[in-house]
Amino acid sequence: MTEKSDRSATAGSGRGTAGGPVIEVRDLWKSFGDQEVLRGINLTVKDGETMVVLGPSGCGKSVLLKHVIGLMKPDRGAIVVEGKELTELDELELKELRMRFGMVFQGAALFDSMTVGENVGLPLKEHRGTIGDELADLVETKLRMVGLAGVSHLRPSELSGGMKKRVALARAIALDPDIVLYDEPTTGLDPIMAEQINQLIRMLQRKINATSIVVTHDLHSANFTGDKIALMHEGKIKLVGTMDDLRHSDNEAVRTFIARGYTPPPGSTVDAGPVGLAEFD
Amino acid sequence: MRNSSIAPGRAANHPGAALFGTIGRVAIDLVTEVGFASVLLWRSILALRKIGRSMPLVVEQARRIGVESLPLVIMTSVFTGAVTAVQAAYQLKDFVPKIYLGTAIYKSVVIELGPVLTALVVGGRVSASIAAELGTMRVTEQIDAMDAMGIDPVRYLTMPRIVAALVMLPVLTVFADILAIGGGFFVSNASLDLSPKIFIAGMKMHFLARDVLGGLIKAFAFGGIISLMGCAAGLRTRGGAVGVGGAATRAVVTSCVLILVSDYVLAVLLFSIIFGA
Repeated sequence: MTEKSDRSATAGSGRGTAGGPVIEVRDLWKSFGDQEVLRGINLTVKDGETMVVLGPSGCGKSVLLKHVIGLMKPDRGAIVVEGKELTELDELELKELRMRFGMVFQGAALFDSMTVGENVGLPLKEHRGTIGDELADLVETKLRMVGLAGVSHLRPSELSGGMKKRVALARAIALDPDIVLYDEPTTGLDPIMAEQINQLIRMLQRKINATSIVVTHDLHSANFTGDKIALMHEGKIKLVGTMDDLRHSDNEAVRTFIARGYTPPPGSTVDAGPVGLAEFD
Repeated sequence: MRNSSIAPGRAANHPGAALFGTIGRVAIDLVTEVGFASVLLWRSILALRKIGRSMPLVVEQARRIGVESLPLVIMTSVFTGAVTAVQAAYQLKDFVPKIYLGTAIYKSVVIELGPVLTALVVGGRVSASIAAELGTMRVTEQIDAMDAMGIDPVRYLTMPRIVAALVMLPVLTVFADILAIGGGFFVSNASLDLSPKIFIAGMKMHFLARDVLGGLIKAFAFGGIISLMGCAAGLRTRGGAVGVGGAATRAVVTSCVLILVSDYVLAVLLFSIIFGA
């Protein structure tokens, strides 16, 4: 059994119905002015599964992700998370549901008025009332998980792009979420750092066993991190399957996207890289 | 089809159309901004239930809005008082006894100049700063990140700023009143040949506590306007750096316009209807 299929098979213990649908997007439509961005999206993500939404820039991937966490309201259609229809939830119910999510934004979205430690500790402080030494210890643990121990006193402006993404990741997993959403986690990073982030996503998937959606336009990242890949084009999901399914698809949009070529970056391995993740294997 | 100079295509090219179009857009923007601010105010009032948890944020904002504005308020107030003394002396000369100079300075400062000038200078600084900060947070998805964490941005960002401004504007106005009267007092003594005793006697002669109270009520309202318009402009920011710059400008313009409009409304309400009755 391959490492990836092994991961799929063991995923899903813990929450809800093991292997059952956790996130269901049903006939989702969204327009901004005259521009239709989402045009009838249907997508199901099962418990413990990592679904990659792959597609060219501007095809509506990030908009889809923001609907899944309730940051945007659909014009039509439904988003069902663990059996709850998002648009029917009141503010308090939505807040409670969001506490079970972690999200890594494309630009990291760290609060620049806070230190790294305050960023990672904010959800713990706000939702669990954790303070003092306990908070500092938890923050350090989360930072160590992403290979960034000892940086909690720094400001986001003092970090590199890759470090910001890792801090964003530490913040996203601060509350040990059941669902983690990644918006273009490797965009803007050099190939080596992008590879480290890909490895980190996989390590964390194993460690926290969360259901995940990764939005990316990076074929290598999609293949590396995903159990399944949904190819999105012009506001529609064209195909859901493995990378092999995509490669052998007859769909023109899929073939065009794949034809750009997929070559694993030189030196890419699943071993722990310089970020120091070996202890979590 | 009928000919026409009022057909949409031709009307749009008419020179007057651009002017009316611009006026219309500005009016719609202003109404939209005030409408959004009203919703924000209501949500901030609801968020007051959790003010205990937000107290450190309120204190931090009070420091930024109040303490950091103090140098600006000191400069503005001292010179406002000094200019008021010189110009009042010039206008009262030969008509009114000098003892009334103290009365004129005190009344004009506590009722109008103190609260309004403090609000305008602090408003320029604070509303632009709030709009730029929240605007940057909006365009860099920091506010989305807060929402995604289940933290209400209104409770965490807006409410503390509004409460801090509501408290600090009256405090700054008290400072401004004292310093402006002090400036007037100093100039009256130093260059207008008015003894301290007569200046103070003039102030005491027509002192009314309700004048001070009226000025502080105005300052309280102006504090709300400044912070609310700053937050509204910041949270509605779209685009990048240009959007943030536009939000800061919009915050200052709407704050200043609303301060002056509400100054008139409050003047009528307080000094003609409530205190004047």
